[in-house]
Amino acid sequence: MSPPLDFVPVWTLILGLGVFFYVLLDGFDLGVGILHRFAPDAEARNLMISSLAPIWDGNETWLVLGVVGLMAAFPLAFAIIIPAVYFPIVIMLLSLIFRGVAFEFRFRDAPHRGFWDHGFATGSLIATFAQGVVLGAFIQGFQTDGRSFTGGSLDCFTPFSILTGICLVFGYALIGAGWLVLKTEGALQQRARRWGRNAFIGVCLAVLVVSIWTPLMETDIRDRWFGWPNTLLLAPVPVITALIAWATWRALNDPASHVGVFLGAIGLFAMSYIGIGISLFPMIVPHRFTLWEAASDPSTQAFLLVGTLVLLPVILVYTGWSYWVFRGKVRGDFGYH
Amino acid sequence: MNLDPLLLSRLQFVWVIAWHILLPATTVGLASYIALLEGMYFFGGRAVYLRIATFWTRIFSVTFGMGVVSGIVMPFQFGTNWSRYAYATANITSPMLGYEGLTAFFLEASFLGILLFGRKLVPPWVHFMSAVIVAMGTLFSSFWILVVNSWMQTPAGYRIQDGRFFPVDWLAIIFNPSFPTRLGHTVVGFYITTAFVVLSVAGWYLRRERFVPEARRMMSATLWLLLVLVPVQIFLGDASGLVTRAEQPAKLAAIESRWDTQSRVPLTLFAIPDEAAAANRFAIDVPVLGSLILTHSLDGTVKGLKDFPREDWPPVAIPFFAFRIMVGVGLLMLAIVVVGNLLRRRDRVFSHPLFLLACQFAAPLGYIAVLAGWTTTEVGRQPWTVYGLLRTADSVSPSLTGWDVLISLAGYMVAYGVIFPGGAFVLSRIVRGGPMEVDVPEPVESGRPQSPVRPIPPEGAAT
Ligand code: HDD
Ligand code: HEM
Ligand code: HEM
Repeated sequence: MSPPLDFVPVWTLILGLGVFFYVLLDGFDLGVGILHRFAPDAEARNLMISSLAPIWDGNETWLVLGVVGLMAAFPLAFAIIIPAVYFPIVIMLLSLIFRGVAFEFRFRDAPHRGFWDHGFATGSLIATFAQGVVLGAFIQGFQTDGRSFTGGSLDCFTPFSILTGICLVFGYALIGAGWLVLKTEGALQQRARRWGRNAFIGVCLAVLVVSIWTPLMETDIRDRWFGWPNTLLLAPVPVITALIAWATWRALNDPASHVGVFLGAIGLFAMSYIGIGISLFPMIVPHRFTLWEAASDPSTQAFLLVGTLVLLPVILVYTGWSYWVFRGKVRGDFGYH
Repeated sequence: MNLDPLLLSRLQFVWVIAWHILLPATTVGLASYIALLEGMYFFGGRAVYLRIATFWTRIFSVTFGMGVVSGIVMPFQFGTNWSRYAYATANITSPMLGYEGLTAFFLEASFLGILLFGRKLVPPWVHFMSAVIVAMGTLFSSFWILVVNSWMQTPAGYRIQDGRFFPVDWLAIIFNPSFPTRLGHTVVGFYITTAFVVLSVAGWYLRRERFVPEARRMMSATLWLLLVLVPVQIFLGDASGLVTRAEQPAKLAAIESRWDTQSRVPLTLFAIPDEAAAANRFAIDVPVLGSLILTHSLDGTVKGLKDFPREDWPPVAIPFFAFRIMVGVGLLMLAIVVVGNLLRRRDRVFSHPLFLLACQFAAPLGYIAVLAGWTTTEVGRQPWTVYGLLRTADSVSPSLTGWDVLISLAGYMVAYGVIFPGGAFVLSRIVRGGPMEVDVPEPVESGRPQSPVRPIPPEGAAT
């Protein structure tokens, strides 16, 4: 049966953007959580959490959209990938539970604030690491037979996926530091710059190792990167990435720059994301199924697309507006101003 | 040891959904109540409504946060443990879940931020509208998720090809036979649940003579509301039963513990269903009443389980007892509401010690009924996930071992075992603190609160 219209490209775009938004938004959110344990005093801890309290729920909603969108647009991929990364997902969910309730509990349950703060910081760290493991396992691909995953639940933990896990921890810490530079001032901002510099070095090392390891491990990807004329066409990716990295470093060290670190981190994430996309396209279950093979029924894709095209722009507008309401620095004496 | 991944996955699903549903049962009702209170304050300007609204908003923010984190677990369950179900039904169910995210979750999340932290940052009408929008979000969410569940109960508008479901008629899918009654019965059930929580808190304050003006208003309005909603709920429950009889006769037979097809069936008030012998022990029957209630006629026929192949029987005892618990609680609620409104006519409702005590202990009633109702519905659907078409045994992820699921289930048990008692502790502190003065200056450009979430003052400081 040949579908009247091919909705796969537009769904690929929507899902790609949705996951990217999630990585950026919950990325800085989780990143602030990762940095939380390094905060010098109670006041800094309160400020860090206050900078997130009005928006964390919306940030996590992109995760829901991502997973449900995958099920809606590419159900075969959903049915293979999610059971294959069973434990990273369970670990991520449990961590997100602890860090999510901490927003309310730590303020209203002073006697156990230390406990909930630990839950917040540790939950953020582990959730991030687990997401990185999912990413690594995804790049490596899964053992399948026909239309199901047939490997074991521990297959997804490999040296490579552990490395991508660590990589993501540094990445989220960097963008979290960027958020803090943007939202705070004075001593805490100074500290955020220092955290940002450390995370930045970690990110650079990790991206370098991953970039060397990936083509050594995956021959498909090696052929794609180094086959002629691809090398020429893809050359801008590492060049632009290096430029953004340089600009981010400058912003980290320039006391006059408030938004530069955050923007630089976004740029670095965007370039890594594009890099992964180029390496894997058009596979959605790497090495096994293409986007088209895994797609849902065209009628399903069309039915959801109608609403998505109307609702997604509206969502972006009012989400943007809610960020605007809470714009400005969080401050010890005023909160937002 | 022989661990069954299917059984464990079912236990895990029950564990996570049963905790999750307690929170929508609270937040759906509270969101509407808060919107109402904010509206009374916005249009009438009486500070007492503002105090009540901010009090319940504090409770709301805790329960909502827990609803979100326990809810995020849910869609992942479909992938981790029920991947074959997900693959088979995704063409039909996943757009509904998608629309739930697009129409409800984003709306709730963004405007909740404004509702909780934005009172001084936005004009009063925007704040009021945010409360209304959050309430709408919770209702949209209920709408879409109940579409999915109802479709699993009474599938419609589909065709089957290569062992998967494909959409044929979206309207038939959404408005499948059991959806309208289920939506009505569930949402009204949530409103009732919230109302009994409000009643309970008000009863407790009145007994202790604390926050009296607020407590009187809470109790009075809630009793009026319940006077309407509890009878409506019983009516909607009856309507649900008629749908079940038409669409899922095996489930109805289990609920009523009927083994043989008969007309003029009795109503079994109590029995111990014996599945092995296909008979009831210690039955207390009321003649003919069963036909009257289930078919609305004296000699209506009700199918018995023996008409169905043995392997398609649902468990009998669980739906049988769960249903009786729900109906029993419903009748008890009716009694409380009637007594309350009678006392009101004699002006004793705010002072009658026994009635106030009953109110105080009525808080869990709604939750019990909701859980019992869902248990009836879901266990009665067994052994199917999509009724009559897809077996639960064929829905589970093929790659999982018993140990995998045992470990994850233990993880969920430990995590929920920490955060739900933690949540209860936090909520009880808020209730003890009670409604307090709220200063609402004009919207300002700076001088905003030190932190958006503020700790409640120590107990007693706020009377
Ligand atoms: C009839 C109501 C109802 C039912 C049966 C369910 N939920 Fe729920 N859910 C809600 C009503 C709700 C809500 C009222 O919209 C919540 C509860 C509190 C809240 O924060 O939003 C919510 C939260 C919530 C969230 C978090 C949303 C966010 O990020 O803001 C997710 C992902 C789900 N749910 C998913 C599910 C799934 C997959 C279910 C079934 C298996 C399910 N819910 C049953
Ligand atoms: C809202 C409250 C809900 C409660 C309390 C609830 C409770 C339950 C229970 C008790 C079972 C187990 C039946 C058994 O195994 O014997 C079950 C099964 C199931 N329910 Fe629900 N459910 C709820 C909502 C939903 C919704 C909205 C969906 C779908 C969107 C859903 C999907 C399923 C599935 C797929 C199963 C099969 C897995 C299993 O048999 O354990 N449930 N549920
Ligand atoms: C006394 C009157 C009541 C009657 C006759 C009644 C009847 C029913 C019936 C027939 C079902 C459907 C079971 C199925 O799927 O076949 C049901 C489900 C349910 N009931 Fe009730 N019920 C009553 C009271 C209540 C109360 C007071 C609440 C909660 C406050 C409640 C909450 C629910 C819920 C949450 C469900 C599952 C959703 C659904 O299937 O609609 N019920 N009830």
